[in-house]
Amino acid sequence: MEYAAHKPSNEAGFWLLFSAGGVVAAVLIPIHLFLFGLAFPLGWLPQPSYEYLLSLARSPIAKLYLFVFCALPLFHWAHRFRFTLYDGLQVKHLNEVIFTFCYGGALLGTVLAAHLLWKI
Amino acid sequence: MADKIVLEIARYEPDRDQIPRFQSFEVPFRKEWVVLDALNYIKDKVDGTLTYRWSCRMGICGSCGMMVNGEPKLTCATFLSAYGRDAKVRVEPLRYFPVVRDLVTALSDFLVKLQKVKPWLIRHDEIPLAAGEYLQTPEQLDLYKQFSMCINCTLCYAACPVVGLDQDFVGPAALALAQRYNLDNRDQGSEERLGTLAHHDGIWGCTFVGECTRVCPKHVDPAGAIQQYKLKAALDWVKSFVLPRGHEDHREDRRKEAA
Amino acid sequence: MSTQAAPAEFHPRWFRKRVSTWWWLGEWHYLKFILRELSSIAVAWFVVLTLFQLRALLHGAEAYARFTLRLQSPLMIALNAIAFCFVLFHTITWFNLAPRAMPVRMGGKRVPEFLVAAPNYALWVVVSVFVGWLLLRTP
Repeated sequence: MEYAAHKPSNEAGFWLLFSAGGVVAAVLIPIHLFLFGLAFPLGWLPQPSYEYLLSLARSPIAKLYLFVFCALPLFHWAHRFRFTLYDGLQVKHLNEVIFTFCYGGALLGTVLAAHLLWKI
Repeated sequence: MADKIVLEIARYEPDRDQIPRFQSFEVPFRKEWVVLDALNYIKDKVDGTLTYRWSCRMGICGSCGMMVNGEPKLTCATFLSAYGRDAKVRVEPLRYFPVVRDLVTALSDFLVKLQKVKPWLIRHDEIPLAAGEYLQTPEQLDLYKQFSMCINCTLCYAACPVVGLDQDFVGPAALALAQRYNLDNRDQGSEERLGTLAHHDGIWGCTFVGECTRVCPKHVDPAGAIQQYKLKAALDWVKSFVLPRGHEDHREDRRKEAA
Repeated sequence: MSTQAAPAEFHPRWFRKRVSTWWWLGEWHYLKFILRELSSIAVAWFVVLTLFQLRALLHGAEAYARFTLRLQSPLMIALNAIAFCFVLFHTITWFNLAPRAMPVRMGGKRVPEFLVAAPNYALWVVVSVFVGWLLLRTP
Protein backbone atom coordinates (compact mmCIF):
# COMPACT_ATOMS: atom_id res chain seq x y z
CA MET A 1 0.00 0.00 0.00
CA GLU A 2 1.61 3.24 -1.13
CA TYR A 3 1.81 6.48 0.73
CA ALA A 4 -1.61 8.09 0.24
CA ALA A 5 -2.55 11.74 -0.01
CA HIS A 6 -2.09 14.22 2.83
CA LYS A 7 -5.64 13.94 4.07
CA PRO A 8 -6.09 11.37 6.86
CA SER A 9 -8.87 8.79 6.57
CA ASN A 10 -12.43 9.93 7.30
CA GLU A 11 -12.46 7.35 10.03
CA ALA A 12 -11.06 10.21 12.13
CA GLY A 13 -14.44 11.96 12.05
CA PHE A 14 -16.28 8.93 13.37
CA TRP A 15 -13.70 8.52 16.09
CA LEU A 16 -14.18 12.15 17.17
CA LEU A 17 -17.93 11.59 17.40
CA PHE A 18 -17.31 8.41 19.35
CA SER A 19 -15.02 10.24 21.78
CA ALA A 20 -17.38 13.18 22.28
CA GLY A 21 -20.26 10.77 22.79
CA GLY A 22 -18.20 8.80 25.24
CA VAL A 23 -17.54 11.85 27.38
CA VAL A 24 -21.20 12.92 27.37
CA ALA A 25 -22.30 9.39 28.23
CA ALA A 26 -19.73 9.05 30.99
CA VAL A 27 -20.54 12.34 32.68
CA LEU A 28 -24.30 12.65 32.21
CA ILE A 29 -25.92 9.28 31.77
CA PRO A 30 -25.21 7.74 35.21
CA ILE A 31 -27.17 10.39 37.16
CA HIS A 32 -30.04 10.51 34.66
CA LEU A 33 -30.33 6.72 34.57
CA PHE A 34 -30.08 6.48 38.34
CA LEU A 35 -32.84 9.02 38.89
CA PHE A 36 -35.29 8.24 36.09
CA GLY A 37 -34.57 4.52 35.84
CA LEU A 38 -34.25 3.55 39.50
CA ALA A 39 -34.70 6.25 42.17
CA PHE A 40 -37.98 7.73 40.91
CA PRO A 41 -39.76 4.51 39.85
CA LEU A 42 -38.74 2.79 43.10
CA GLY A 43 -39.80 5.77 45.17
CA TRP A 44 -36.38 6.35 46.72
CA LEU A 45 -36.63 10.03 45.81
CA PRO A 46 -39.64 12.28 45.07
CA GLN A 47 -40.56 12.46 41.41
CA PRO A 48 -40.50 15.83 39.67
CA SER A 49 -43.97 16.80 38.44
CA TYR A 50 -44.98 16.69 34.80
CA GLU A 51 -45.44 20.47 34.73
CA TYR A 52 -42.02 21.09 36.16
CA LEU A 53 -40.28 18.73 33.74
CA LEU A 54 -42.17 20.24 30.82
CA SER A 55 -41.18 23.76 31.84
CA LEU A 56 -37.55 22.62 32.15
CA ALA A 57 -37.62 20.91 28.77
CA ARG A 58 -39.02 24.01 27.10
CA SER A 59 -36.07 26.25 27.97
CA PRO A 60 -33.62 26.70 25.07
CA ILE A 61 -30.61 25.67 27.16
CA ALA A 62 -32.33 22.47 28.22
CA LYS A 63 -33.25 21.71 24.61
CA LEU A 64 -29.65 22.07 23.56
CA TYR A 65 -28.54 19.95 26.53
CA LEU A 66 -31.07 17.24 25.74
CA PHE A 67 -30.15 17.24 22.05
CA VAL A 68 -26.48 16.74 22.83
CA PHE A 69 -27.46 14.19 25.49
CA CYS A 70 -29.34 12.11 22.92
CA ALA A 71 -27.26 12.61 19.77
CA LEU A 72 -23.66 12.17 20.84
CA PRO A 73 -24.00 8.99 22.94
CA LEU A 74 -25.86 7.39 20.03
CA PHE A 75 -22.87 8.00 17.79
CA HIS A 76 -20.66 6.65 20.56
CA TRP A 77 -22.74 3.45 20.53
CA ALA A 78 -22.71 3.31 16.72
CA HIS A 79 -18.91 3.36 16.51
CA ARG A 80 -18.28 0.96 19.37
CA PHE A 81 -20.96 -1.49 18.36
CA ARG A 82 -19.79 -1.48 14.76
CA PHE A 83 -16.29 -2.54 15.84
CA THR A 84 -17.67 -5.06 18.32
CA LEU A 85 -19.58 -6.74 15.49
CA TYR A 86 -16.49 -6.72 13.25
CA ASP A 87 -14.21 -8.17 15.93
CA GLY A 88 -16.48 -10.03 18.29
CA LEU A 89 -18.51 -11.85 15.69
CA GLN A 90 -15.98 -11.65 12.88
CA VAL A 91 -18.67 -10.59 10.47
CA LYS A 92 -16.42 -8.29 8.48
CA HIS A 93 -18.03 -9.38 5.24
CA LEU A 94 -21.19 -7.57 6.36
CA ASN A 95 -19.25 -4.29 6.40
CA GLU A 96 -21.77 -2.09 4.64
CA VAL A 97 -24.78 -3.57 6.43
CA ILE A 98 -23.23 -3.03 9.85
CA PHE A 99 -22.10 0.47 8.97
CA THR A 100 -25.56 1.47 7.77
CA PHE A 101 -27.32 -0.11 10.72
CA CYS A 102 -25.09 1.59 13.27
CA TYR A 103 -24.64 5.08 11.91
CA GLY A 104 -28.05 5.06 10.31
CA GLY A 105 -29.57 4.18 13.65
CA ALA A 106 -27.65 6.95 15.37
CA LEU A 107 -28.73 9.44 12.73
CA LEU A 108 -32.35 8.34 13.07
CA GLY A 109 -32.22 8.83 16.83
CA THR A 110 -30.64 12.23 16.39
CA VAL A 111 -33.34 13.33 13.96
CA LEU A 112 -36.06 12.04 16.31
CA ALA A 113 -34.53 13.91 19.23
CA ALA A 114 -34.38 17.12 17.21
CA HIS A 115 -38.00 16.67 16.11
CA LEU A 116 -39.31 15.97 19.61
CA LEU A 117 -37.36 18.82 21.18
CA TRP A 118 -38.53 21.19 18.48
CA LYS A 119 -42.16 20.40 19.21
CA ILE A 120 -41.99 20.40 23.01
CA MET B 1 15.17 -36.41 45.79
CA ALA B 2 15.49 -33.34 43.55
CA ASP B 3 12.34 -31.34 42.83
CA LYS B 4 10.89 -31.64 39.40
CA ILE B 5 8.39 -29.67 37.36
CA VAL B 6 6.47 -30.74 34.28
CA LEU B 7 6.48 -28.70 31.10
CA GLU B 8 3.88 -29.35 28.40
CA ILE B 9 5.42 -28.15 25.20
CA ALA B 10 3.77 -27.70 21.83
CA ARG B 11 5.44 -29.72 19.10
CA TYR B 12 4.89 -29.34 15.40
CA GLU B 13 6.97 -31.08 12.79
CA PRO B 14 5.54 -30.15 9.39
CA ASP B 15 6.74 -33.35 7.68
CA ARG B 16 4.98 -35.52 10.26
CA ASP B 17 2.20 -33.49 11.91
CA GLN B 18 -0.95 -32.00 10.48
CA ILE B 19 -1.60 -30.01 13.63
CA PRO B 20 0.53 -29.26 16.69
CA ARG B 21 0.53 -31.74 19.59
CA PHE B 22 1.78 -31.51 23.17
CA GLN B 23 4.68 -33.38 24.68
CA SER B 24 5.39 -33.50 28.42
CA PHE B 25 8.87 -33.14 29.82
CA GLU B 26 10.01 -33.37 33.40
CA VAL B 27 12.77 -30.90 34.25
CA PRO B 28 14.57 -30.09 37.51
CA PHE B 29 12.82 -27.41 39.51
CA ARG B 30 15.60 -24.93 40.36
CA LYS B 31 14.50 -21.74 42.02
CA GLU B 32 16.76 -19.54 39.88
CA TRP B 33 15.70 -21.14 36.61
CA VAL B 34 13.56 -19.44 34.01
CA VAL B 35 11.46 -21.22 31.38
CA LEU B 36 14.28 -20.73 28.87
CA ASP B 37 16.64 -22.65 31.17
CA ALA B 38 14.12 -25.50 31.21
CA LEU B 39 13.92 -25.48 27.41
CA ASN B 40 17.70 -25.52 27.12
CA TYR B 41 17.85 -28.39 29.59
CA ILE B 42 15.38 -30.37 27.49
CA LYS B 43 17.25 -29.65 24.28
CA ASP B 44 20.62 -30.55 25.81
CA LYS B 45 19.65 -33.61 27.82
CA VAL B 46 16.30 -34.99 26.69
CA ASP B 47 15.22 -34.15 23.16
CA GLY B 48 17.61 -32.36 20.84
CA THR B 49 14.93 -31.87 18.19
CA LEU B 50 13.05 -29.28 20.28
CA THR B 51 13.22 -26.08 18.23
CA TYR B 52 12.90 -22.53 19.56
CA ARG B 53 14.49 -19.10 19.27
CA TRP B 54 16.58 -17.48 21.97
CA SER B 55 19.67 -15.33 22.21
CA CYS B 56 20.63 -12.83 24.89
CA ARG B 57 18.79 -14.59 27.77
CA MET B 58 18.46 -11.22 29.47
CA GLY B 59 15.34 -9.61 28.03
CA ILE B 60 16.84 -7.29 25.42
CA CYS B 61 17.00 -9.19 22.13
CA GLY B 62 13.29 -10.05 21.92
CA SER B 63 13.87 -13.54 20.47
CA CYS B 64 12.45 -15.86 23.12
CA GLY B 65 8.80 -14.78 23.21
CA MET B 66 6.36 -17.67 23.72
CA MET B 67 2.96 -18.35 25.28
CA VAL B 68 3.46 -19.63 28.82
CA ASN B 69 0.17 -20.85 30.35
CA GLY B 70 -1.69 -18.78 27.82
CA GLU B 71 0.19 -15.53 28.45
CA PRO B 72 2.72 -14.00 26.05
CA LYS B 73 6.03 -13.94 27.91
CA LEU B 74 9.74 -13.64 27.35
CA THR B 75 10.84 -17.09 28.47
CA CYS B 76 14.18 -15.70 29.66
CA ALA B 77 12.29 -13.47 32.08
CA THR B 78 9.70 -15.95 33.36
CA PHE B 79 10.74 -17.87 36.46
CA LEU B 80 9.68 -21.49 36.97
CA SER B 81 9.15 -20.69 40.62
CA ALA B 82 6.29 -18.39 39.64
CA TYR B 83 4.32 -21.52 38.76
CA GLY B 84 5.01 -23.77 41.72
CA ARG B 85 6.35 -27.29 41.40
CA ASP B 86 2.98 -28.98 41.19
CA ALA B 87 1.72 -26.74 38.41
CA LYS B 88 1.92 -27.74 34.78
CA VAL B 89 3.68 -25.18 32.66
CA ARG B 90 2.31 -25.05 29.14
CA VAL B 91 4.66 -23.61 26.54
CA GLU B 92 3.37 -22.75 23.09
CA PRO B 93 4.52 -20.58 20.18
CA LEU B 94 3.31 -16.97 20.18
CA ARG B 95 -0.35 -16.68 19.28
CA TYR B 96 -1.65 -15.22 16.00
CA PHE B 97 1.51 -16.04 14.06
CA PRO B 98 1.96 -18.99 11.67
CA VAL B 99 4.00 -21.77 13.28
CA VAL B 100 7.03 -22.90 11.33
CA ARG B 101 8.11 -25.66 13.68
CA ASP B 102 7.63 -26.39 17.42
CA LEU B 103 7.94 -23.02 19.15
CA VAL B 104 9.19 -21.03 16.17
CA THR B 105 6.83 -18.54 14.52
CA ALA B 106 7.01 -16.97 11.07
CA LEU B 107 7.82 -13.31 11.61
CA SER B 108 7.92 -12.14 8.00
CA ASP B 109 4.44 -10.62 8.28
CA PHE B 110 5.51 -8.49 11.21
CA LEU B 111 8.67 -7.37 9.42
CA VAL B 112 6.71 -6.30 6.36
CA LYS B 113 4.39 -4.24 8.56
CA LEU B 114 7.32 -2.75 10.45
CA GLN B 115 8.95 -1.65 7.23
CA LYS B 116 5.70 -0.08 6.05
CA VAL B 117 5.70 2.48 8.86
CA LYS B 118 9.25 3.64 7.97
CA PRO B 119 10.80 3.32 11.42
CA TRP B 120 13.84 5.48 10.72
CA LEU B 121 14.68 9.17 10.78
CA ILE B 122 13.37 10.79 7.63
CA ARG B 123 14.97 14.07 6.60
CA HIS B 124 14.02 16.22 3.65
CA ASP B 125 17.12 18.32 4.01
CA GLU B 126 20.31 16.91 5.39
CA ILE B 127 22.34 19.37 7.43
CA PRO B 128 25.94 19.49 6.23
CA LEU B 129 28.45 17.71 8.49
CA ALA B 130 30.24 20.95 9.14
CA ALA B 131 27.13 22.29 10.89
CA GLY B 132 27.57 19.66 13.63
CA GLU B 133 25.17 17.29 15.39
CA TYR B 134 21.39 17.51 15.69
CA LEU B 135 20.76 18.86 19.17
CA GLN B 136 18.09 17.44 21.42
CA THR B 137 17.22 18.53 24.94
CA PRO B 138 16.25 16.00 27.64
CA GLU B 139 12.63 17.23 27.33
CA GLN B 140 12.64 16.54 23.59
CA LEU B 141 14.06 13.08 24.24
CA ASP B 142 11.43 12.42 26.88
CA LEU B 143 8.67 12.94 24.31
CA TYR B 144 9.50 9.72 22.45
CA LYS B 145 11.89 7.79 24.68
CA GLN B 146 9.33 5.38 26.07
CA PHE B 147 8.35 4.26 22.56
CA SER B 148 11.99 3.76 21.60
CA MET B 149 12.38 0.97 24.17
CA CYS B 150 10.66 -1.58 21.92
CA ILE B 151 12.71 -4.75 21.34
CA ASN B 152 10.45 -6.14 18.59
CA CYS B 153 9.65 -9.21 20.67
CA THR B 154 6.09 -9.30 19.21
CA LEU B 155 4.50 -10.22 22.57
CA CYS B 156 2.07 -7.38 21.89
CA TYR B 157 1.01 -9.01 18.61
CA ALA B 158 0.31 -12.23 20.47
CA ALA B 159 -1.81 -10.30 22.95
CA CYS B 160 -3.82 -8.15 20.54
CA PRO B 161 -7.09 -9.75 19.39
CA VAL B 162 -7.28 -7.42 16.37
CA VAL B 163 -3.99 -8.87 15.13
CA GLY B 164 -5.59 -12.28 15.29
CA LEU B 165 -8.82 -11.18 13.63
CA ASP B 166 -7.43 -8.94 10.89
CA GLN B 167 -4.32 -10.12 9.07
CA ASP B 168 -3.73 -6.67 7.60
CA PHE B 169 -3.72 -4.77 10.89
CA VAL B 170 -0.33 -3.09 11.21
CA GLY B 171 -0.18 -3.88 14.91
CA PRO B 172 0.94 -2.34 18.21
CA ALA B 173 4.74 -2.41 17.96
CA ALA B 174 4.89 -1.02 14.43
CA LEU B 175 2.46 1.77 15.31
CA ALA B 176 4.34 2.63 18.50
CA LEU B 177 7.63 2.73 16.60
CA ALA B 178 6.11 5.00 13.96
CA GLN B 179 5.07 7.32 16.76
CA ARG B 180 8.60 7.14 18.21
CA TYR B 181 9.87 8.69 15.02
CA ASN B 182 6.98 11.10 14.58
CA LEU B 183 7.71 12.57 17.99
CA ASP B 184 11.47 12.80 17.46
CA ASN B 185 12.37 16.42 16.74
CA ARG B 186 15.07 15.29 14.29
CA ASP B 187 12.48 13.57 12.10
CA GLN B 188 10.61 15.21 9.22
CA GLY B 189 8.66 12.17 8.05
CA SER B 190 5.23 12.53 9.74
CA GLU B 191 3.49 13.27 6.45
CA GLU B 192 5.02 10.22 4.80
CA ARG B 193 3.85 7.92 7.55
CA LEU B 194 0.35 9.38 7.59
CA GLY B 195 -0.97 7.21 4.77
CA THR B 196 0.01 3.98 6.51
CA LEU B 197 -0.98 5.08 9.99
CA ALA B 198 -4.25 6.98 9.49
CA HIS B 199 -5.81 4.03 7.71
CA HIS B 200 -8.32 1.39 8.74
CA ASP B 201 -5.48 -1.15 8.91
CA GLY B 202 -3.41 1.33 10.88
CA ILE B 203 -4.52 3.17 13.99
CA TRP B 204 -8.21 3.01 13.11
CA GLY B 205 -8.15 -0.77 13.39
CA CYS B 206 -7.20 -0.46 17.05
CA THR B 207 -10.06 -0.68 19.55
CA PHE B 208 -7.92 0.08 22.61
CA VAL B 209 -8.16 -3.36 24.14
CA GLY B 210 -4.97 -2.47 26.00
CA GLU B 211 -3.55 -5.98 26.16
CA CYS B 212 -0.48 -4.94 24.20
CA THR B 213 0.54 -2.52 26.94
CA ARG B 214 -0.16 -5.06 29.65
CA VAL B 215 2.14 -7.72 28.24
CA CYS B 216 4.96 -5.48 27.01
CA PRO B 217 8.16 -6.44 28.85
CA LYS B 218 9.75 -3.02 28.19
CA HIS B 219 6.76 -0.88 29.26
CA VAL B 220 6.52 0.78 25.87
CA ASP B 221 2.75 1.34 26.17
CA PRO B 222 1.90 0.87 22.48
CA ALA B 223 -1.80 1.41 23.27
CA GLY B 224 -0.96 4.88 24.56
CA ALA B 225 1.10 5.62 21.45
CA ILE B 226 -1.79 4.62 19.23
CA GLN B 227 -4.41 6.64 21.12
CA GLN B 228 -2.13 9.69 21.03
CA TYR B 229 -1.76 9.30 17.31
CA LYS B 230 -5.53 8.91 16.91
CA LEU B 231 -6.01 12.27 18.57
CA LYS B 232 -3.35 13.88 16.39
CA ALA B 233 -4.77 12.33 13.21
CA ALA B 234 -8.28 13.42 14.19
CA LEU B 235 -7.15 17.01 14.77
CA ASP B 236 -5.27 16.92 11.46
CA TRP B 237 -8.43 15.73 9.76
CA VAL B 238 -10.41 18.63 11.20
CA LYS B 239 -7.66 21.03 10.18
CA SER B 240 -7.69 19.67 6.64
CA PHE B 241 -11.21 21.07 6.25
CA VAL B 242 -10.52 24.39 7.90
CA LEU B 243 -7.14 24.99 6.28
CA PRO B 244 -6.92 22.94 3.08
CA ARG B 245 -3.35 24.01 2.50
CA GLY B 246 -2.46 23.57 6.17
CA HIS B 247 -0.39 20.45 5.60
CA GLU B 248 2.03 21.98 3.16
CA ASP B 249 2.59 25.03 5.37
CA HIS B 250 3.07 22.66 8.30
CA ARG B 251 5.89 20.95 6.44
CA GLU B 252 7.66 24.25 5.77
CA ASP B 253 7.49 25.18 9.47
CA ARG B 254 8.84 21.83 10.61
CA ARG B 255 11.78 22.08 8.27
CA LYS B 256 12.67 25.47 9.68
CA GLU B 257 12.15 24.21 13.22
CA ALA B 258 14.40 21.20 12.96
CA ALA B 259 17.16 22.95 11.03
CA MET C 1 4.76 -5.89 -1.35
CA SER C 2 1.93 -7.94 0.10
CA THR C 3 1.32 -7.73 3.83
CA GLN C 4 0.57 -11.40 4.06
CA ALA C 5 3.70 -13.49 4.14
CA ALA C 6 3.50 -16.91 2.58
CA PRO C 7 5.99 -19.77 2.51
CA ALA C 8 8.15 -19.99 -0.58
CA GLU C 9 7.96 -22.90 -2.99
CA PHE C 10 10.03 -25.55 -1.21
CA HIS C 11 9.28 -24.31 2.26
CA PRO C 12 7.72 -26.65 4.86
CA ARG C 13 4.04 -26.20 5.59
CA TRP C 14 3.30 -23.57 8.25
CA PHE C 15 0.48 -24.11 10.74
CA ARG C 16 -2.03 -21.31 11.07
CA LYS C 17 -4.58 -21.60 13.85
CA ARG C 18 -7.98 -20.15 13.02
CA VAL C 19 -9.21 -17.62 15.59
CA SER C 20 -12.47 -18.88 17.08
CA THR C 21 -15.64 -16.74 17.10
CA TRP C 22 -15.50 -17.23 20.88
CA TRP C 23 -12.00 -15.81 21.20
CA TRP C 24 -13.26 -13.25 23.71
CA LEU C 25 -14.32 -15.94 26.18
CA GLY C 26 -10.83 -17.40 26.28
CA GLU C 27 -9.36 -14.86 28.67
CA TRP C 28 -10.68 -12.68 31.47
CA HIS C 29 -8.97 -9.60 29.97
CA TYR C 30 -10.66 -10.17 26.63
CA LEU C 31 -14.03 -10.67 28.33
CA LYS C 32 -13.59 -7.46 30.31
CA PHE C 33 -12.84 -5.66 27.06
CA ILE C 34 -15.96 -7.00 25.33
CA LEU C 35 -18.11 -6.12 28.36
CA ARG C 36 -16.73 -2.61 28.17
CA GLU C 37 -17.63 -2.41 24.51
CA LEU C 38 -21.10 -3.85 25.19
CA SER C 39 -21.69 -1.07 27.73
CA SER C 40 -22.39 1.08 24.69
CA ILE C 41 -25.64 -0.85 24.31
CA ALA C 42 -26.70 0.29 27.78
CA VAL C 43 -25.84 3.84 26.72
CA ALA C 44 -27.96 3.58 23.59
CA TRP C 45 -30.76 1.93 25.60
CA PHE C 46 -31.01 4.88 27.93
CA VAL C 47 -30.96 7.39 25.07
CA VAL C 48 -33.86 5.51 23.47
CA LEU C 49 -35.66 5.57 26.83
CA THR C 50 -35.05 9.31 26.99
CA LEU C 51 -36.55 9.70 23.51
CA PHE C 52 -39.67 7.90 24.73
CA GLN C 53 -39.68 10.15 27.77
CA LEU C 54 -39.52 13.25 25.57
CA ARG C 55 -42.35 11.91 23.46
CA ALA C 56 -44.45 11.29 26.56
CA LEU C 57 -43.72 14.85 27.75
CA LEU C 58 -44.89 16.10 24.40
CA HIS C 59 -48.15 14.14 24.48
CA GLY C 60 -49.41 15.49 27.79
CA ALA C 61 -49.72 14.67 31.47
CA GLU C 62 -51.62 11.37 31.08
CA ALA C 63 -49.16 10.10 28.52
CA TYR C 64 -46.32 10.99 30.86
CA ALA C 65 -48.07 9.32 33.77
CA ARG C 66 -48.41 6.14 31.69
CA PHE C 67 -44.72 6.36 30.82
CA THR C 68 -43.72 6.69 34.48
CA LEU C 69 -45.94 3.75 35.36
CA ARG C 70 -44.25 1.56 32.76
CA LEU C 71 -40.88 2.44 34.24
CA GLN C 72 -42.02 0.89 37.51
CA SER C 73 -42.60 -2.59 36.10
CA PRO C 74 -40.20 -5.23 37.47
CA LEU C 75 -38.85 -5.90 33.98
CA MET C 76 -37.98 -2.25 33.41
CA ILE C 77 -36.43 -1.93 36.85
CA ALA C 78 -34.31 -5.00 36.23
CA LEU C 79 -33.22 -3.78 32.79
CA ASN C 80 -32.39 -0.35 34.12
CA ALA C 81 -30.47 -1.78 37.07
CA ILE C 82 -28.34 -3.82 34.67
CA ALA C 83 -27.98 -0.83 32.36
CA PHE C 84 -26.89 1.29 35.31
CA CYS C 85 -24.10 -1.16 36.17
CA PHE C 86 -22.91 -1.11 32.57
CA VAL C 87 -23.08 2.68 32.37
CA LEU C 88 -21.02 3.00 35.56
CA PHE C 89 -18.53 0.55 34.07
CA HIS C 90 -18.34 2.76 30.99
CA THR C 91 -17.74 5.89 33.06
CA ILE C 92 -14.99 4.36 35.17
CA THR C 93 -13.15 2.71 32.28
CA TRP C 94 -13.53 5.87 30.20
CA PHE C 95 -12.02 8.19 32.81
CA ASN C 96 -9.24 5.73 33.55
CA LEU C 97 -8.28 5.29 29.91
CA ALA C 98 -8.76 8.81 28.54
CA PRO C 99 -5.46 10.14 29.97
CA ARG C 100 -3.55 7.70 27.74
CA ALA C 101 -4.58 9.68 24.67
CA MET C 102 -3.34 12.94 26.10
CA PRO C 103 -0.05 12.72 27.96
CA VAL C 104 0.19 15.79 30.16
CA ARG C 105 3.61 17.21 30.85
CA MET C 106 4.34 19.82 33.45
CA GLY C 107 7.82 21.14 34.11
CA GLY C 108 9.17 18.65 31.58
CA LYS C 109 7.90 15.61 33.48
CA ARG C 110 4.94 13.39 32.79
CA VAL C 111 2.01 13.93 35.16
CA PRO C 112 0.87 10.57 36.65
CA GLU C 113 -2.32 9.26 35.10
CA PHE C 114 -4.52 9.28 38.17
CA LEU C 115 -3.91 13.01 38.51
CA VAL C 116 -5.11 13.50 34.95
CA ALA C 117 -8.13 11.28 35.56
CA ALA C 118 -9.05 12.96 38.86
CA PRO C 119 -10.48 16.19 37.37
CA ASN C 120 -12.76 14.06 35.18
CA TYR C 121 -14.15 12.31 38.22
CA ALA C 122 -14.54 15.65 39.96
CA LEU C 123 -16.43 17.08 36.99
CA TRP C 124 -18.65 14.01 36.98
CA VAL C 125 -19.56 14.43 40.64
CA VAL C 126 -20.20 18.16 40.31
CA VAL C 127 -22.38 17.78 37.22
CA SER C 128 -24.30 14.87 38.73
CA VAL C 129 -25.00 16.82 41.90
CA PHE C 130 -26.18 19.78 39.83
CA VAL C 131 -28.51 17.64 37.71
CA GLY C 132 -29.80 15.94 40.84
CA TRP C 133 -30.48 19.28 42.51
CA LEU C 134 -32.21 20.59 39.38
CA LEU C 135 -34.55 17.60 39.19
CA LEU C 136 -35.24 17.26 42.89
CA ARG C 137 -35.86 20.85 43.91
CA THR C 138 -39.55 21.00 42.90
CA PRO C 139 -41.26 17.66 43.08
